[in-house]
Amino acid sequence: MELDRPLPNPITPEARPFWDGLREHRLMLPRCGACGHVFFYPRVLCPRCHARDVGWIQASGRGTLHAFEIGYQAFNRAWKVTPPWVLAMVELAEGPRLLSNLVNVEPDPKAIRCDMPVRVVFHRLTDEITLPLFEPAP
Amino acid sequence: MSAAADLRALRNAACIVGVDESDEIGNLPHKSQLTLHLEAVANAVRDAGLRISDVDGIFTAGQHSPALLGEALGITPRYVDGTSVGGCSFIIEVGHAVAALHHGLCDVAVVSHGESGRSGVGVSPRRDTSLTGQYEAPFGFGGAPTFFGMLTTRHMHVYGTTLEQWAQVAVSTRRWAMLNPKALRREPLTVADVLASRPVVYPFNVLNICLVTDAGGAVVLTRADRARDCAKPPVYVRGVGEGTEHVMVTQMRDLTFSEATRLAGEKAFRMAGVGPHDFDHVMLYDAFTSGPPLMLESLGLAGRGEGVHCFAEGRSTPGGSLPINTNGGGLSYTHSGMYGIFPIIEATRQLRGECGARQVPGVRLSLVNGMGGMLSAAGTLVLSNEVGS
Repeated sequence: MELDRPLPNPITPEARPFWDGLREHRLMLPRCGACGHVFFYPRVLCPRCHARDVGWIQASGRGTLHAFEIGYQAFNRAWKVTPPWVLAMVELAEGPRLLSNLVNVEPDPKAIRCDMPVRVVFHRLTDEITLPLFEPAP
Repeated sequence: MSAAADLRALRNAACIVGVDESDEIGNLPHKSQLTLHLEAVANAVRDAGLRISDVDGIFTAGQHSPALLGEALGITPRYVDGTSVGGCSFIIEVGHAVAALHHGLCDVAVVSHGESGRSGVGVSPRRDTSLTGQYEAPFGFGGAPTFFGMLTTRHMHVYGTTLEQWAQVAVSTRRWAMLNPKALRREPLTVADVLASRPVVYPFNVLNICLVTDAGGAVVLTRADRARDCAKPPVYVRGVGEGTEHVMVTQMRDLTFSEATRLAGEKAFRMAGVGPHDFDHVMLYDAFTSGPPLMLESLGLAGRGEGVHCFAEGRSTPGGSLPINTNGGGLSYTHSGMYGIFPIIEATRQLRGECGARQVPGVRLSLVNGMGGMLSAAGTLVLSNEVGS
């Protein structure tokens, strides 16, 4: 089946637990063993206390829509999703923010507002890759 | 010696003595990126009354290294700087040039920009970084509008800013472009036109987004003692500042406030001994209509959430009390990709009184502020045609 979006590429070694977790429908986040800071994107030192003791936790999958956009045209060549679609910045309950899409919602600024509660849905692309998308939460 | 004392030693140490664009700007499929650089350097050096062989410091950003520019110009520079943190890099490099000139690391510095942003002539293909490729592209992100829109919808949510208010920035900027013969878009523009233009990515319609052009520009600096012998009146660099906060938009601490811009502005104002309300001319990097208002807020020229008010009621337009983006900006004059050289060129021309129909009367103190990325990096200059107190 032809993919409607680019696969994450290249996947870097320090991010492997994130992508492995998604395949099993778990949203994993790096957490500093020294100061407890939960952060994203994955890296080998804590951006708050700079300790090199980085572990992983499973996130709740809940958060809020921090900011959003509605795309009316493709912005990269591999993007085949029919516009309009919702580009989302989600602030997870654990603290960090990530970019994603808001799905199962009307792609209309009147139907979407910042800070609305959202929850993760797992979107399988290939045997290897599952993406974390988000939908409005009750 | 404190850091503040160091900065004061650099105040007025160097001057901008030459500025110019490439021979033409706009849609230039017949010119390579390197040609745009070389034309701009040649024109700016001539504007200064100097020769290319006088240049011994090369500062540039983008795809071409300062080493390549030196080679192409046929000179062997004593000092190079290729700081590349986005479109404001040239503004930051003016600060670096001031320091290098002050310490005698070079005597004539040129900051050069050339970009075939529209036609892609002589441009190498870009590669995604691992971060963009993993965490942004799979969701349809790509290109500055899909990132800067996040700052914009958050600002609308927190402060109640409206699409009409962003549109006023485009309208104000067009009023200036109509007075600039070099501006690409010079037809009249209304708020209704902006709101009715083609939607690209909410909250941006196409008229909320800068042009995409081919252009070069260059700025020549030398020490103040030598500047007096150049062809044109010197423009003193009274203050410089830079800052970077993030690259990935998710890492910006507060989407409505640029920490990089605050840092750059504070440093530049302190070095110059001025406050945010002392300026009579302002140049702000306008890749999007929401950019300049957010910069005004982060620099302290406007309160939080109040930057858009500077563009209402004719304050920022010709004849207004706070003229902003008098060349017509990235929105209507030119925007090749890394726009930051052009606000420096316009501020210099305004301070020299060379701007004809768009000349702001009696300009003495000009603010130049630019961003890299999504307000991720920032550079600020305080420029004057007077040494000041």
